Amino acid sequence: MGRTLYEKIWNSHVVVEEDAQPDIIYIDLHLIHEVTSPQAFDGLRTENRKVRRPDRTLATMDHAIPTMNRHLPFEDKVAEKQVEALRKNCKDFGIELYDLFSRRQGIVHIIAPELGLTQPGQTIVCGDSHTATHGAFGTLAFGIGTSEVEHVLATQTLKQYKSKTLAVNFNGELPVGVTAKDLILALIGEYGHDFATGYVIEYRGEAIRGLSMEERMTVCNMSIEIGARAGLIAPDDTTFEYLEGKPHAPKGEEWEQAVAEWKQLTSDEDAVFDRSVNFDCEKVEPQVTWGTNPGLVVSVNGSVPDPKEMPKEKQKMAESALQYMDLEPGVNISDIPLDTVFIGSCTNGRIEDLREAARIVNGYKVSEGVRALVVPGSFSVKLQAEEEGLAKIFTDSGFEWRDAGCSMCLGMNPDVAQPGDRIASTSNRNFEGRQGRLSRSHLVSPPMAAAAAIKGHFVDVRDWPIKVREEV
Amino acid sequence: MQPINEIHSVMTPLDRQNVDTDQIISKEFLKRIERTGFGKYLFYHWRFRPDGSPDNDFVLNDPRYAGSDILVAQDNFGCGSSREHAPWAIQDYGFKAVIAPSFADIFYNNCVKNGLLPIRLPEEAVSELLEKGKREPYQLQISLEDQTVRGADGTVHSFEIDPYWKQMLLNGWDEISLTFQYEPHIEAYEKKTARA
Repeated sequence: MGRTLYEKIWNSHVVVEEDAQPDIIYIDLHLIHEVTSPQAFDGLRTENRKVRRPDRTLATMDHAIPTMNRHLPFEDKVAEKQVEALRKNCKDFGIELYDLFSRRQGIVHIIAPELGLTQPGQTIVCGDSHTATHGAFGTLAFGIGTSEVEHVLATQTLKQYKSKTLAVNFNGELPVGVTAKDLILALIGEYGHDFATGYVIEYRGEAIRGLSMEERMTVCNMSIEIGARAGLIAPDDTTFEYLEGKPHAPKGEEWEQAVAEWKQLTSDEDAVFDRSVNFDCEKVEPQVTWGTNPGLVVSVNGSVPDPKEMPKEKQKMAESALQYMDLEPGVNISDIPLDTVFIGSCTNGRIEDLREAARIVNGYKVSEGVRALVVPGSFSVKLQAEEEGLAKIFTDSGFEWRDAGCSMCLGMNPDVAQPGDRIASTSNRNFEGRQGRLSRSHLVSPPMAAAAAIKGHFVDVRDWPIKVREEV
Repeated sequence: MQPINEIHSVMTPLDRQNVDTDQIISKEFLKRIERTGFGKYLFYHWRFRPDGSPDNDFVLNDPRYAGSDILVAQDNFGCGSSREHAPWAIQDYGFKAVIAPSFADIFYNNCVKNGLLPIRLPEEAVSELLEKGKREPYQLQISLEDQTVRGADGTVHSFEIDPYWKQMLLNGWDEISLTFQYEPHIEAYEKKTARA
């Protein structure tokens, strides 16, 4: 019987396979950040253990760091202590760290692909649930807790049971003006945000093949928001073109050899998935979430649903979501007024995202009373956006232009939304209080967020009058 | 990790679906670099109003459930982030087991690695427990060895748990030490896969 892509990667990483216990699988790359690692290093110290493969471990700081005035001492002393702990841990255990002022600093899931560290067929873990982002390369990548971080540091392996496999077949092409973010939000909306619990997804189909690597990362990034541990896309020429020439990508003869191997990383024709679903892309419109999980989402041209018309088991949840979001059933999505716009995160903080947003923003001003932020996903994205003139477009329009980090996606740093604020956000979670206590998040794509910043409410970005960009 | 087996306690009925990790432990409390002391921040924004006063409508502030070892909630418990601070907070607050119809994958794993017992029971069983527990304080007796949850009225629900995780929880094994026994295998794997 044929094997799925997931099974191929899994099998090639099994170190120990014994009856009645999880497999021990090898981890090719372990990414570390300041928030979920300090207790793991403490554990190593207590037991007098060392890091087995510092050369397969990479650290950066992203979650709790400020995105402005970095030359000053942190306002938040607890966060500063956490960052200092990471510095010390990396130094003591010989791990490379992209520190606050490194040109390679950035959100962990943005920098690894940028540097060519993320490669097809690998296993990658990180103490962060959005590690699935790297699955866009045909890489088995998933989030782990701190105990598992410690386990990987000490042994470069993890004890894991194999997940079930879910094939998501995207049929048809993505309509013009509809983004990868809309596609994944629509999928989560259709099936619910815990649909894929226990599964690893393989995203397949024509629409996926048509996506750029950055768009594929957006899709895989949100795998956890449908419950899946990981999401995979088989590598193809788009993948190889993206990787070629990246700092850590193989070179010369090794490159040729690697590509030949990577081409084998597809699910066999006769591979059997535990479950398959088909999703029609042609019906997808720009999406806006209205509730307190990513599955509570509608088209921008729709209205806030009535919980009474929902399946019985969802009514209570929907009612409490509407109460938190301060929304009434039947309100048009386009009539929802906004206070804050956040463009960034590991979901949508890459250069293509900023280009798309800048295209909308160019020549317009941010609506009065709206606070709008652009936080590039990495230092390198920031520099590139500045070179391309995107930063100037944003600042001319009234956006704040920040240094790289997770920022308001989770509000661990000073970029926190205020109580009652309503936010259009390109991030991945709209849980209660996610972006600031009592704040209300609506998840959207970068162009949708950009247009919302200009208008002060949601608009269908497909109708947006683009102003032609003058010489930059 | 502390071994765990018998738990006998009144249950705390948290009648909510999709209790996500941001609610369990909010991000402002994730900056501490210690592994302990998160209990006082558990469900912080549900327990306390913005002015810092306790919200007496929230079940954890109901004195009838004080000292409870068992948290019972609706499906998809622990969805969201991989933050292990979530099970640390639940455990540090005093809970030893969480019962729900379903758990998010990473959260479930994180519980097992910390000796916090996650128990999956069918939806009807959980609804029944929640009803009983909300009406009046309801005692439960959990046996991991027997894989049962026994109610004060004699109702018994059996639960499934992977035999390996069960042994790990019963014995309080340190998983890293176990894996170290396979070091030669890891070394052999590294040799085999090293690029020329």
